[in-house]
Amino acid sequence: MSDTLVEFDELLTRYEPVIGLETHVELGTASKMFCGCSTTFGAEPNTQTCPVCLGLPGSLPVANAAAIEATIRIGLALGCRIASWCRFARKNYFYPDIPKGFQTSQYDEPLCTAGHLDVEVDGETYRVEIERVHLEEDTGKNLHVGGSTGRIHGASHSLVDFNRAGIPLVEIVTRPIPGAGAKAPEVARAYVTELREILLALGVSEVRMEQGNLRSDVNTSLNPIGDLEWGTRTETKNVNSLRSVERAVRYEMRRQAAVLDAGSRVFQETRHFHEDTGSTSPGRSKEEATDYRYFPEPDLVPVAPDAAWVAELAAGLPELPAARRVRLLEEWGLPATEMAWLVNAGALGLVSDTVAAGATPADARKWWLGELARRANDAGVELTELAVTPQQVAELTRLVAEGTVNDQLARQALDGVLAGEGDPKQVVEARGLAVMGESDELVAAVEAAIAGAPDVVAKVQGGKVQALGALVGAVMKATRGKADAATVKRMLEERVVSS
Amino acid sequence: MSTLDPTSLDVPAIQALLAAGATAVDVTQAYLDRIDAVDGGLGAYLHVAGEAALARAAEVDAARAAGGELGPLAGLPVALKDVFVTEGVPTTSGSRILEGWRPPYDATVAARLKAAGTVVLGKTNMDEFAMGSSTENSAYRPTRNPWDPDRIPGGSSGGSSAAVAGGLAPWALGTDTGGSIRQPAAMTGLVGHKPTYGGVSRYGLIAFSSSLDQAGPMARTVLDAAVLHEAIGGYDPRDSTSIDAPVPVLVKATGEGARGELAGLRVGVVRELGGDGHTDGYDAGVLDRVRETVELLAGMGAEVREVSCPAFDLALPAYYLIAPSEASSNLARFEGMRFGLRVGDDGSHSLEEVMSLTREQGFGPEVKRRIVLGTYALSAGYYDAYYGQAQKVRSLITRDFTAAFDDVDVLVSPTSPTVAWPIGARVDDPLAMYAADLCTLPASLAGLPAISVPCGLSEGLPVGFQVMAPALADDRCYRVAAAVEAALDAARGARFLDQLTDRTGAPA
Repeated sequence: MSDTLVEFDELLTRYEPVIGLETHVELGTASKMFCGCSTTFGAEPNTQTCPVCLGLPGSLPVANAAAIEATIRIGLALGCRIASWCRFARKNYFYPDIPKGFQTSQYDEPLCTAGHLDVEVDGETYRVEIERVHLEEDTGKNLHVGGSTGRIHGASHSLVDFNRAGIPLVEIVTRPIPGAGAKAPEVARAYVTELREILLALGVSEVRMEQGNLRSDVNTSLNPIGDLEWGTRTETKNVNSLRSVERAVRYEMRRQAAVLDAGSRVFQETRHFHEDTGSTSPGRSKEEATDYRYFPEPDLVPVAPDAAWVAELAAGLPELPAARRVRLLEEWGLPATEMAWLVNAGALGLVSDTVAAGATPADARKWWLGELARRANDAGVELTELAVTPQQVAELTRLVAEGTVNDQLARQALDGVLAGEGDPKQVVEARGLAVMGESDELVAAVEAAIAGAPDVVAKVQGGKVQALGALVGAVMKATRGKADAATVKRMLEERVVSS
Repeated sequence: MSTLDPTSLDVPAIQALLAAGATAVDVTQAYLDRIDAVDGGLGAYLHVAGEAALARAAEVDAARAAGGELGPLAGLPVALKDVFVTEGVPTTSGSRILEGWRPPYDATVAARLKAAGTVVLGKTNMDEFAMGSSTENSAYRPTRNPWDPDRIPGGSSGGSSAAVAGGLAPWALGTDTGGSIRQPAAMTGLVGHKPTYGGVSRYGLIAFSSSLDQAGPMARTVLDAAVLHEAIGGYDPRDSTSIDAPVPVLVKATGEGARGELAGLRVGVVRELGGDGHTDGYDAGVLDRVRETVELLAGMGAEVREVSCPAFDLALPAYYLIAPSEASSNLARFEGMRFGLRVGDDGSHSLEEVMSLTREQGFGPEVKRRIVLGTYALSAGYYDAYYGQAQKVRSLITRDFTAAFDDVDVLVSPTSPTVAWPIGARVDDPLAMYAADLCTLPASLAGLPAISVPCGLSEGLPVGFQVMAPALADDRCYRVAAAVEAALDAARGARFLDQLTDRTGAPA
C-alpha cells in the first residue's frame, strides 16, 4: 500500500510545517552507564555483559562519572543550564531487550535544559531551541531468526544480544521548530549535521551513524498557513543518516498534506523510515500509549554537579564548530560558498587538521574534496573512514610542493597509503615513485622520443609549437610517469626548437 | 551423630570450642545433624548446602592445621535468608518464579562472610520476595515457631529466626524492609538489628523495595549480632546508596552497654507506638513487658521521657504505597526471558502471553496484590495522590525523628504490637497482617537503625523491645540492647533462649 503524496512545492502554498527532533547519541565511554562492561562495537553477542546489565536479581547500578561529565559538556556546548541536583528515573515497560523491565533514564529532572543551536541553510540562520539534554541507558538488540527479512514477522525465533544494553545514551530534545517553511527538511538535516560536528569536537562520541551511534526521531506536523494551532505530529523513529533525516521530513510533509487535503486527520503515531523507498510506515500508535509509570530511581543517588566543576568544564570546552568556521574562513581566505561545501561534506575537521599538519588550505581543500572524496564515494564510505590521516595528506602535498612527486605520482603514492603500505614518503621510496631528475635515463628517453617521431619534430620546427605535447607524452609514457613534465618539456625545447 | 553439641551455644562459646580443638567440620556436622533431625517439622531452610558446607569447613580446618591466615569468623556456620544471591547455590527469594535458579555471583554480604571464614549452612525460608510478616507467603512451605509449632515465626525473615532460635544455625542474616528482621526476631526471642539505610551493602540482595531494604544480623545475643553486623557492614562501591563512612564500633558499644554504662542516656518512649491513646491492637502483655523494660533502663540511670511523633500514625499507609510501588518495578525483570521460570513457550503463545503466563504462575497472591497496588499508585493521574503523598509523609516522619532526637538519644517502643499469632490466623486478612509492622515501619521509612531485643514473655511467648537511633548511630541501639539483655539475664539467672527447652518446634 503506497501513500498518496502531494508535490512538495504545491503543499507549501497551503501548509506550513513544524518539526522537532529527539536525537540519541551513544557516548564513547570505555565502560557502560551503570556497570564496568566494555562498550566496544562488534563483539560476539552477549560477551560484554555482567549481572548488572543483564538485570539479574540482586544487581545494582552505579552511575558512570565519565558519562555524566560528557553529558554536562554537551549541555554546555549547547548553551544549556546545568541542573545543580537531579535524579535518574525508571521508565517502566516490558520488552525482552530491556533486561530490568525498566529503562533507567531521566524524566522531569534532566541534567541540562534550555539551550539552543543556530544552524545555517542557504545563508539564512535558524535558531533551534534545545528543550533538554538527558542521560539514559541503551537497550539490548533483538535478532529475529528464521524469516527472510530479519524482522519479527515470519521469524521462527528471536535472540537478544545484551552487549548494547546499558551503553550510555544521551538524548537531546529540541523544542518545536516552526517557521522553516520550505527549508524544514534542510533545517532538520543541518541541525543533525551541526550537532554531530559539536559531538565530534567535544570528543564524546564517535558519532558513527551507520553503527547507530547517533539516531534521530523526527517529529513533523503540518498546519494550514496562518493557523495558530499546530497540526498533529508524527514521530519517525531511529532515522540514522543525515540524508534520511531530510528525506523523512520531506516525505511526511507530502504524506500529511495528502491526508489533510482529503479531509482526514493525521494520527499521532510513531512511524518507521525506509531507506530504500524513502517512505515512512506506521509503527505503534501513540494514542494507545503505554503509561511508563516514571518514578525516581531509588537505587541511584542524585546527581549534584558542583558549580565550580561545571565552570571548569565550561572553561575547558574546545573551540566549537561555528566559531571554528568563522576563524578558518578568515585564516584560509576561502569563499563562503566553498566553506559551506566543506561543512556539508563533513570535511572541515579533516581539512583543518591537514592544514595544521603543514599543508596550505588550498592544497588541503583540493585533496579532500577532489581525489579523496572521489575515492570515498567509490568505496561507499565516509571521508573520515578512509585509511588515510590528515598528517599523511599533508605529507603528500609537501612531496608535491618539493617536486619529489608530481600529481600523478602522488595519486599512486596515495594508493599505497590506502593499501596500508605506510606513510607517503615510505610508499614513494618503496614503489620508486620519485620524479626523475635530468638523468642519463631521462636524456636517453628524450632523445629516443625525438628520433622516433621525425614528423612531429618537423611540425614543431615548422612553427606548430603545441605539437611538442605529443613528444612530452611519449617521454612520460616511456618513464612510466616518473618524469617531471615541465622538465621534459624544457629538455625537448632545448633540443628541438632552438636547433 | 557427633557427640559435640554446639547448637545451643552463642558464638563466643563456639569459638572457644574451636580454639580448644574442635574442628569446623565437627561444628558444621553438628548443625547439619540437627537440621536433618528437626527441620522436616520446623521448615526453617529452603536449601541446605550440606556438602558444600562440610567441604568449606574442611578447608578452614586445613588452613588452621597449616597455620595459614584465618578469617576472624573462621569455621563459624551461618544461615542466609534466601533473598541473598549466592554463587552456584539455589536462590529463590521464596518464589516459584526463581525455582532452580543458580546465580552466577555472590551478594556482597555473602562474599564478606566467606572472606571472614564462615561456613554457609544453607538458605532460609521467607515470605515470597520478603512480602509478609509471617513467612506464610513462602511459595514452598510454612515455617513453625520453635516456641510453639502452631504459631508463625514472624516474617519475612522467619526461616532465619526459626533456624537460630531452634538451634539450626548459630546466627543468620535477614533483611528488613518494614520490620522483617526485627519482628521475627521479636517473635522468636532473638536479637535482630536493621542497620542505618546504606550501612550494609544491598548488592546481591534481591530487591523488594530499594529505598527501604537493608540486610542485618539475627542472633542469640546482642554481642553475636554486633559481631555479625561488623563483618558485613561498610561501604561497597557496587551499591551507590551505601554510605562511605566507617562502620560504627558495635562490639565495643555492646560491651559498654552490658556493663550498664547508661548514665545520662536520654530515652524517649514513643507515645504513638503503644502509648496513651494508641493501645488499640496491642497485647496487654506486650505493653507490660515494654513498660517494665523502660523502668529497668530508668533504674540504670537513663533519663526517660515520653515523646510524641504524630506522623508515625501515617507510617502504615505511606509504607504500603511506597514499598509496593518500588516492588512493582523491581519485580518487572521476572518475566521468564533470561532466568527462572518460563511458562507457555510452546510455539502457540505470543511473547506478551509467555510473559503474562510466567508471572501469573510464578508469583503468589500477596506478590500480585502488591504489584497491582504499586502499579496503580505509580500510574499517570494517580502518582501525585498516592506515591507523591506517601513521599511527603515519609518526610514528615523523618522530621518527627529529627525533632525527637534533638531531645533524646534513643527512642523505644514494642517491636511488634503482639506476640506470635497462630498459623493461618491472619492469612485471609491482609490488613491485619500489615498491622504487625506498625512499630517497625517508622524507622524503616526514615532509614534509621533499630534493634529488637527480647524483654520477656507474654502468654509464654517472646516479646521484643525496639530501640531506634539517629542515622549512623547504630552503636546506640547495641549499647541499650546490651544493657537490657544483661540486666534481664542477670535477674533471670539464664540467657533468654535457655528458657526454650524443646527447640524442635515439634507438636507437644
